[in-house]
Amino acid sequence: MLKGKHLIDPQDFSVEELDEIFDLAEEIIKKPEDFTNVCNGKLLGTLFFEPSTRTRLSFESAMLRLGGEVVGFSEPNSSSVSKGENLPDTIRTVAAYTDIIAMRHPKEGAPRYGSQYSDVPLINAGDGGHQHPTQTLTDLLTIRVAKGKMTDLTIGLCGDLKFGRTVHSLIKAISRYENIKFILISPNELKTPRYIKAEILDRKSLDYVEVEKLEDVMEQLDILYMTRVQKERFFNEADYIRLKDSYILDKAKLKTAKEDLTILHPLPRVNEISMEIDNDPRAWYFKQTRYGMFVRMALIAKLLGVR
Amino acid sequence: MLNINSITKGIVIDHIKPGYGIMIFEYLKLDKADFTVALIMNATSKKYGRKDIIKIENELDIDLAMLGFIDPNITVNIIENEKISEKINLSLPDRVESIIECKNPRCITSVERGITHKFVLIDEDKGIYKCEYCDQIYSWEG
Repeated sequence: MLKGKHLIDPQDFSVEELDEIFDLAEEIIKKPEDFTNVCNGKLLGTLFFEPSTRTRLSFESAMLRLGGEVVGFSEPNSSSVSKGENLPDTIRTVAAYTDIIAMRHPKEGAPRYGSQYSDVPLINAGDGGHQHPTQTLTDLLTIRVAKGKMTDLTIGLCGDLKFGRTVHSLIKAISRYENIKFILISPNELKTPRYIKAEILDRKSLDYVEVEKLEDVMEQLDILYMTRVQKERFFNEADYIRLKDSYILDKAKLKTAKEDLTILHPLPRVNEISMEIDNDPRAWYFKQTRYGMFVRMALIAKLLGVR
Repeated sequence: MLNINSITKGIVIDHIKPGYGIMIFEYLKLDKADFTVALIMNATSKKYGRKDIIKIENELDIDLAMLGFIDPNITVNIIENEKISEKINLSLPDRVESIIECKNPRCITSVERGITHKFVLIDEDKGIYKCEYCDQIYSWEG
């Protein structure tokens, strides 16, 4: 039963619960017109303590397409937070007004803390460099549609694996499916954090390797998940300039790739995927962003218990 | 060895890792005690070579989870009529609250007023904990 639950970490839901959401998302993709009224009279609160236009628009579009309404703020300066209100008070107040909350916060663990004070379902819409579970649902749904399965896959994760929260969430979630092999492709400075390796990969004895070059492993991959090397995650600009072009996917690098490779990217991209492959049938990142809205529709409907 | 009188009724916290006795002494606020207390440092130990011991001549409610967190090899002996009436072996607690603080500068605990620092045991063999909020790893080995 997903009704009334919070979504803070992808692990909060069982594999069966995730499949329930994906089943509904696929129903919505097939016939969106059947779902235009399911959230009539329901209100989503979007609490964005740091700006993220793309994620906020995805949540708002999802709720509006379900026939619901949206209130919220898109940066903390326009809310009572700027007056020094603590997080529990902000959450209690918004939970009193709305039926469901989507919250983004720059501090790691803030949604977990906030959810302890919320009577309505609270969805983590990203917390610092930590977790981004609805991006993970998006990624999983896209893999399920592209591959027709969630098992027996070799997944390459490329770019910023240290601060890239989408990557951390994805590793946690997909490691629960059978026979998944990870190839972690990053510069030494941006390797996967210790806690992910200790808690997920080593503890479950999962098959993974860490490499520095994308070209060396391309032919093995069923899925290639590219991430942006984000400027704001670097402590100094010199490091950013030195590393930012190290992991760019272009036609030349794709030469050895499988015919049915699926290329994913959480977007926005800067230059880590060359525009010359946007029309390649293996490029799934624009479909992925649309599936993000559909999976949020399914999630909201399930947590509200209207489907 | 330095001779410390045996106690008739109370608690002996034994097999404390050398150097950690003072930490437990302070945590239990024994410096403010109005009953007899002894902190013995670097005593000879057959098992470990050296150890710290605390003897308390009083009945105290001791947070065993906290002692287990500092060192699961500690033994707690309850003394009655100068004899050990109960020997308690400790283990690492599943959860630790308000004892250690999360060191991740990006964690919500670094900015939010009144928040309780909470850690969850994830690896009993290696004594590894993680912050309940941000997943930051904590272990005694650092």
